[in-house]
Formats: sequence, C-alpha cells, structure tokens
Amino acid sequence: MPTFDLASVPLRDLNQALHAVEAGKNETTFEVVNPRGAHAVAVGIDAPVRVDVHGSVGYYCAGMNAEATVTVHGSVGPGVAENMMSGTVVVKGDASQYAGATGHGGLLVIEGNASSRCGISMKGIDIVVKGNIGHMSAFMAQAGNLVVLGDAGDALGDSLYEAKLFVRGAVKSLGADCVKKKMRPKHLALLADLLAKAGITDVKPEEFTRYGSARTLYNFNIDNVDAY
Amino acid sequence: MCGIVGLFLKDKALEPQLGALLSDMLITMTDRGPDSAGIAIYGPSEAGSGKITVQSANPATDFKGLKAALTKQLGVAVSVTVRATHAVIAVDVAKLDETRTVLKELRPGVTVMGSGESVEIYKEVGLPKDVAERFKIGSMGGTHGIGHTRMATESAVTTFGAHPFSTGPDQCLVHNGSLSNHNNLRRELVRNGLSFETENDTEVAAAYLSHKLATGSNLGAALESGLSDLDGFYTFVVGTKSGFGVLRDPIACKPAVMAETDEYVAFGSEYRALVNLPGIEAARVWEPEPATVYFWEH
Repeated sequence: MPTFDLASVPLRDLNQALHAVEAGKNETTFEVVNPRGAHAVAVGIDAPVRVDVHGSVGYYCAGMNAEATVTVHGSVGPGVAENMMSGTVVVKGDASQYAGATGHGGLLVIEGNASSRCGISMKGIDIVVKGNIGHMSAFMAQAGNLVVLGDAGDALGDSLYEAKLFVRGAVKSLGADCVKKKMRPKHLALLADLLAKAGITDVKPEEFTRYGSARTLYNFNIDNVDAY
Repeated sequence: MCGIVGLFLKDKALEPQLGALLSDMLITMTDRGPDSAGIAIYGPSEAGSGKITVQSANPATDFKGLKAALTKQLGVAVSVTVRATHAVIAVDVAKLDETRTVLKELRPGVTVMGSGESVEIYKEVGLPKDVAERFKIGSMGGTHGIGHTRMATESAVTTFGAHPFSTGPDQCLVHNGSLSNHNNLRRELVRNGLSFETENDTEVAAAYLSHKLATGSNLGAALESGLSDLDGFYTFVVGTKSGFGVLRDPIACKPAVMAETDEYVAFGSEYRALVNLPGIEAARVWEPEPATVYFWEH
C-alpha cells in the first residue's frame, strides 16, 4: 500500500500516482500523511481506488472525483468534492464553504459541520451532513439530495430547482422559492437508503422535514413585466 | 485574494516568539497575495512612553540626526530605532501628537505608519519572507499581532497601499475583500474631521472604526455598526492596545479559520497558516460565522 508523506513528497507525485492507476491493477489503496492543509489533495481520480488522508486539508480536496472512495481523517477547506461525478468522499471532521458544489453524482458524507453554501448548484450528488450546515446552502441546487442531521443556516435552498433537502434540526430561514414539503413514503424510503449508505443507524427518516422548490421562479410571470 | 493572519497570546511564555510565529503564518499565506506585506506587532510598552512608527523612502538621509533634532525641538528625551526603511520613535506619551507635528516640519518625506503606546507597524512592497527578514520581525516579542499579504484590488501597489492600516492610537486593521461604498464613506468621514493618506478601501474601514471608537463606541459596538455601514466583501482582523477582533460580512465568502487553545487565539485565511502553531492538533478550530463579532481582550 503506497504511502505519500506530503511533508517530504510533492503533492503532484500523489495526484499523478492516483491518475496513473489502470483498470485491473492490484494497487488500489493509498495513504496520505501530513497534508497540513494542502490544496487539491486527491483531485481528479478516475478509478475505484481507496485513499485515506490522515490530517486536515485545504481547498478542493477530492474534486472531480469519479469512482474513488476518499476519506479525510480531519477537516477540509473550501470546495471539498467539488464537481464530484461518482464514488464516495467521507470527511471525519468539519467542512468549509461550498462542500460538494456542482456535484453530479456520488456520495459526500461530512461527519462534522459544513459551513456556508453546502451543496450550492448540486446536480445529482448526495450529501449527508451529520452536524449543521451554514447559510445559503443548496443555493440553485438542481438535482440530488442534501441530508442534514443538525440545523441549517439562513436562506436554505434559495432559487432551488429539483434537488431534495431533508433537515432534521431547525432551519434559520428559507431562501426564495424554497418551501416545506410533505414527506411521502417514497421520500422516507429514499432517506432511509441515504442514511444507511452514510453508515447512520441511530436516526429515523421520520425525524426529518423535507424542503423543495415551490417552482414559482420557473417561468416568467407576465405580471412582472413592469419590473424590467 | 489577500492572506491575513492574527495571533493573540494568552500564555506569557509564548510572548518572545510572537514575531517568529506570526511571520511564519504570514509567509505560508504568500500565494494568496505576493505584492506587499505588513505586520503590526503589539510589543512591550513602558508606562508613560509612546511610540511612532515612521517610514521613509530615503532612510539614510531622513533618519540621520533625527533623534537629536527631535530632542532639541521637543525638549524631552527621544529614542529612534531604525529598521531598514522604518524607524520607531519612542517619546513621552503626552508628546505623541506634538512629535507628529514637529516631524512633519523636520522631515516632510517621512510617513507615519502608526502610533500609540504599544503598536509598531512594518509594511513594504515585496514577498512576506523578504519583508519579514528586512525588518527582523522574527526576533520581535509581544502580546498580539496581525499581518497581511496583499493582492492589490482597490489601489496601487505601493508601501502605503499595504496593510495594516492604522488610523487611531494603537488601532490597526487588515482586510481580505473589497468594499463598494468606500468613496462615499470616505467623504463622510472627511466631513467628520478624519484625514486619509491613500485611496485604499481598507483605510476607510480602519478610519470608520477609529471614528466610532473616538465617539464613544467600544470595539465590539464599532464592529457591530460596521456591519450595517460597510458595504462589500470583507474579513477583518483588528488590533487594539489590549484586544484582538475578527469580523466577516453577512455573505462571508472571504475565507477565515480560527483556532483557540489555552495559550492563544489564532486567525488565518486558510488552515495552512495555523499548522506550525504549538498544540494546534488539540486546538479548537472553527470557521467564524458571518456577521458575527469575535473579540478577545487581555
């Protein structure tokens, strides 16, 4: 199992090794130590490898991830798993701004808190946050699911499209066009599946409230023509 | 972009290392803004004694004979410590204003960077590493300090466009972001009797806080009112003689990470800036909330 000590090895070596993994190769687990807040750790992986990062990282960790499972045993800076396509990213600590932004697929689990703009413009990714999320989360979110076990900050789901938001705690305020919605059996089943995938067994889907788009911003309203 | 750092020591044992720790934090932030750098250090102060940090483009001529000339004009003992392009003038605290007036006549080419009982301010164009070495920041001790490495957005790349900005006694401020209403605010502050050295937006923020402090607000209240009067993006770190504060605008898109232990409170634009601090592994690390005033005092 290759170990990359970022205190002595350049980050480029790690990312190049991860990009060079070919189908059928036996070497599929990587360890990263001493990341010391480095940016762009384990970005752009396109193979079913497992990467364990021991320590806290900076910007854009596991960005553009496809197929890989990246676990950060620490906290992450802005833009973790940004534009993820598939695979799994697990953050044992907290996440900074815009976690999972524009993600198309895969699962992002944040075991601590996430700050502002979590899941902004998400396009199919599933995000599960065990703690709280900050303001303007799921802004313009288009598809996918955001599950929050704690509380949400101001303006949740502002200008939301079809992403589904599930919050267990309090929501400070809802953004424009985001409304509380009824939890139907299919949503409970979806939530149960997401919680199971994130390894959460002590929380029931019934404890969450669902939020989604009221769809009033979808079409131009002729009554507003004077505003332009 | 800009990189900002701050360190407020609770443990006296760390005080001799303040300059070394702070410069290390600032150098780590070099790639957030490599055009200029500056550090404000709150060093040891003696009762009744004040300090003025001055800068000159021609230190060899401006600082030559300055001590004797000031002593003669003021009629009290004065000391002048030269550090590259900067000098720290120590004088009776009651004579600080008079010294500034006399200085303008004696050395018109000299600019005051800051004054007070404790603060010393060093800033120049160049990489943080070079700036820190030039002024030997690493060898300085103190109780708290703030630093800034600049990527110029709102005004020219000059020594005077560098942060920290100090517009009141022992006050200083560093800023990551950009203000959108600084021209209006500057005009209002000028009407209230404040004067400005630069066209820089951050100087307006610093002067705004100084004005609030001079008209009866404490720092917490001054920062609170800044939330409604300052428009734009900002993460501020401010220093006063005995205090250290942090404020982010309500949108809070400029990054900020803080760490607290029994020994210190630290601020960095990124976590990387904090990784060499003693005991950081066990520190409480968090991201300051938007529109929330954080403040510590000795």
